[in-house]
Amino acid sequence: MLDLSLTQMAQGLAERKFSSVELTQAFLQRIQIINPQLNAFITVTEQEALEAAKAADAQIAAGKATPLTGIPIAHKDLFCTEGIKTSCGSKMLDNFIAPYDASVVAKLKNAGAVSLGKTNLDEFAMGSSNESSFYGSVKNPWDTQAVAGGSSGGSAAAVAARLVPAATGTDTGGSIRQPAAFCGITGLKPTYGRVSRWGMVAYASSMDQAGPMARSAEDCALLLEQMAGFDERDSTSLDHPVPDYLSQLGTSLQGMTLGMPKEYFADDLSPQTAERIQAAIKELEKLGASVKEISLPLTRMAIPAYYVISPAEASSNLSRFDGVRYGYRCENPVDLEDLYKRSRSEAFGEEVKRRILIGTYALSEGFYDAYYNKAQQIRRLIAEDFQTAFQSVDLIVAPTTPNPAFDLGSNSIDPVQMYLGDIYTLGVNLAGLPAISVPVGQINQRPVGMQLIGNHFSEAKLLNAAHQFQQATDHHLQKPQLT
Amino acid sequence: MQWEAVIGLEIHTQLATKTKIFSGSSTTFGAEPNSQASIIDLAMPGTLPVLNKQALEMAIQFGLAVHSEIPAITTFDRKNYFYPDLPKGYQTTQMAAPIVGRGYLDIALENGGTKRIAIHHAHLEEDAGKSLHEDFQGMTGVDLNRAGTPLIEIVTEPEMSSAKEAVAFLKSIHSIITYLGISDGNMAEGSMRCDANVSVRPKGQEKLGNRCEIKNVNSFRFVEKAINYEIQRQIEILEDGGRIAQQTRLYDPDLDETRAMRSKEDANDYRYFPCPDLLPIAVDPAYVQQLKDALPELPEQKRQRFTEQLGLSEYDAGVLSSSRPLAEYFDKVAELSGDAKLAANWVSGELSAQLNRDAIEIDQAAITPEQLAGLLQRVKDDTVSSGAAKQVFAALWAKEGQTADEIIETKGLKQVTDTGAIEALVDEVLAKNTAQVEQYRAAEPDKRGKMVGFFVGQIMKASKGTANPKAVNELLAKKLNG
Repeated sequence: MLDLSLTQMAQGLAERKFSSVELTQAFLQRIQIINPQLNAFITVTEQEALEAAKAADAQIAAGKATPLTGIPIAHKDLFCTEGIKTSCGSKMLDNFIAPYDASVVAKLKNAGAVSLGKTNLDEFAMGSSNESSFYGSVKNPWDTQAVAGGSSGGSAAAVAARLVPAATGTDTGGSIRQPAAFCGITGLKPTYGRVSRWGMVAYASSMDQAGPMARSAEDCALLLEQMAGFDERDSTSLDHPVPDYLSQLGTSLQGMTLGMPKEYFADDLSPQTAERIQAAIKELEKLGASVKEISLPLTRMAIPAYYVISPAEASSNLSRFDGVRYGYRCENPVDLEDLYKRSRSEAFGEEVKRRILIGTYALSEGFYDAYYNKAQQIRRLIAEDFQTAFQSVDLIVAPTTPNPAFDLGSNSIDPVQMYLGDIYTLGVNLAGLPAISVPVGQINQRPVGMQLIGNHFSEAKLLNAAHQFQQATDHHLQKPQLT
Repeated sequence: MQWEAVIGLEIHTQLATKTKIFSGSSTTFGAEPNSQASIIDLAMPGTLPVLNKQALEMAIQFGLAVHSEIPAITTFDRKNYFYPDLPKGYQTTQMAAPIVGRGYLDIALENGGTKRIAIHHAHLEEDAGKSLHEDFQGMTGVDLNRAGTPLIEIVTEPEMSSAKEAVAFLKSIHSIITYLGISDGNMAEGSMRCDANVSVRPKGQEKLGNRCEIKNVNSFRFVEKAINYEIQRQIEILEDGGRIAQQTRLYDPDLDETRAMRSKEDANDYRYFPCPDLLPIAVDPAYVQQLKDALPELPEQKRQRFTEQLGLSEYDAGVLSSSRPLAEYFDKVAELSGDAKLAANWVSGELSAQLNRDAIEIDQAAITPEQLAGLLQRVKDDTVSSGAAKQVFAALWAKEGQTADEIIETKGLKQVTDTGAIEALVDEVLAKNTAQVEQYRAAEPDKRGKMVGFFVGQIMKASKGTANPKAVNELLAKKLNG
């Protein structure tokens, strides 16, 4: 039951092979046994989940099931959930009970999904290893010595370890795709504006985007359809029709042109990862796609541009955490300045502080042009490079990361080393493009992810290409051995 | 040495939108603390702003009224600083591309001339909440009802050279925003607040002196007093050979002085940058044109029409165009009565005096423009004397009747022009006052003029004001000098 796809689960529920309560209980039990080894969940909402499952069963019995009715999911703990702790992986919000549901949470709830709880993440989604969480790092289900990736590491690990069949994630610089790659699952970062940001706690607003994380492209398609859509509460949400992604999964790749950016296959890429990606590309060619080399000359510039723009926005976005209205407040503040200084110093972790400092510096008078403005110029050029590429190719194919998951603790001394590992995912966020990561094999029991990048609103095309690949291969069906 | 003051203003005006600039919360003044603060106003994690279109529209209307350029694209920026009444830790405002570009306003000078003051720009932004220091011993309360109320900040060039000019400008702005109906302009409630940048320099010098900014002055009178105080303070320092430190200062109306609040050195670095939650807004020129076409007649245009077409004096035109309801009231009376000058006299005279006595505004007047015009028609056609007209006015005000005609009728105030009837009254009065008649006749001719007044008064009194004064005078002259 735990290995079923979402479609199969819906079918099983419809045919009364099992009830939503049974399904939910099965996953809750699995969480109870496995989660202590992985630390994928911050909050498990057992009671609420069982109640929702019961309601779902009633709905199914009444013949009123929707595609996700009764299907368990989990939310990255960056989405506000009414009445349930929304920590953002931070001591700052350890006591924060959100008074409302994020748009994504409400939409999935309305679609009938049963939330099992909130998954672990890097503090305020800042990190690529899930080690910056106040609640401790998430272990990779394939190798508990390795990181699960970040920032949506809890969601990725939970899905890979069958603690939940699907989960939500957010991706600002690769936070869905990189942990999906590290944990051997499928994760889609949609076009910026495709999914509402309402209720998703902001890290870098101009790049933050929510997306589905599941075991297959098909499951992601099902989930995205329910998550996507215009929301008047988010001014950056786009009023663009949401296609029926699932029904578009049967398209042949015959005649499709894939671009291989040479910069993504240069020295940064480890030879073993390159090998797995090349093998996967061969599979895509067998399916009828033609592959050509392209160039995205500013690929490496994405790193400095991203690590200026995102901290700049973060430094402002995180100002609201001041100890005044909610969240952590230091004890016995002597005056206002003391309240601010100690509340923020005591409750923010190292990585968050680092980015607030970098961002504050980059926006300061006298430095703004040299950093923030320059980074925005690079951003525009990177977006233009992608547009040029899409004039001659349908999709871009690339590795998701240069290497598979690294060891826990190995990058803790040098954060820049970790930033460099984001080289293949950042450009997509800077350009607002959609991209999907799919598993393509392993290196020493650690999964490798391949990334497909499309032009704006090409989610259907991406999901279909990933689905075609997964129909022809079984990498996505591999599962870690955990007991 | 001769000194010259240089003054620039920053005027914050709350817009009269129903809801806040980025949230759906109500903007009503005076509600229970924090009862009008939604999760957006509280800056709950994950909440996002959505621009109130009405606020944008009002800002554009203002821009059009002050001859400003309205840009094709406008953007919002964040101004970052920490304060408890600023829930997000930044104010969403406009810096790079404000909705109202360069414009100007002509102000009337005391010598009768006008002066053009350039407006640098005006931008939209959100108001902060309020910190409440009373009622909380050793602590500060925060009320976020005001947080997110839309403001336009109007920034002038430093082109005013006296407190009087600054107040004239401020009054013009006040009159424009109330004409447009985009703000109630209530300074006491803080819907309109003014910061003044003041510097002085030796007359004739081009280079500006160091300036001080006086914050948040909340009445026209205080603006004038604060600026005058500040000009004097700076001149005294300079004449003593001192230097003006660039500062932000606070005006204390109780002591009538300005006090240093913070110096330039402790100024915040606000780290402005484009707000990523609000995309640039393309302003459709057709939409701007539509707003322009729908603009009401503005004070300046009204004043001009009153003098040029209705033949009013500059003074009357200025008074009557100063507020839109007053101007509209006058316009109606003038039109219905068919006599603009008479209407002007009555609206700025008897009616304004009555409003002052009752301490009410024109829109609360107990007499409608139709009623007043009806009365003025009877003045015009000599049905009532001006004295009797005042009685009719008072009776209308007291709701003793519906129309002037009704009151004239019931009170018997119709002017008596019948010479026979008047002559009888004259005779009666002269007979009763033989001593005065004799005094009159004995007096030097140049003293007599004054003495006639006594008899006229008596006769008018006897006629309850209905006797035609002209006829009374003629008859009196004939009989006294007989």
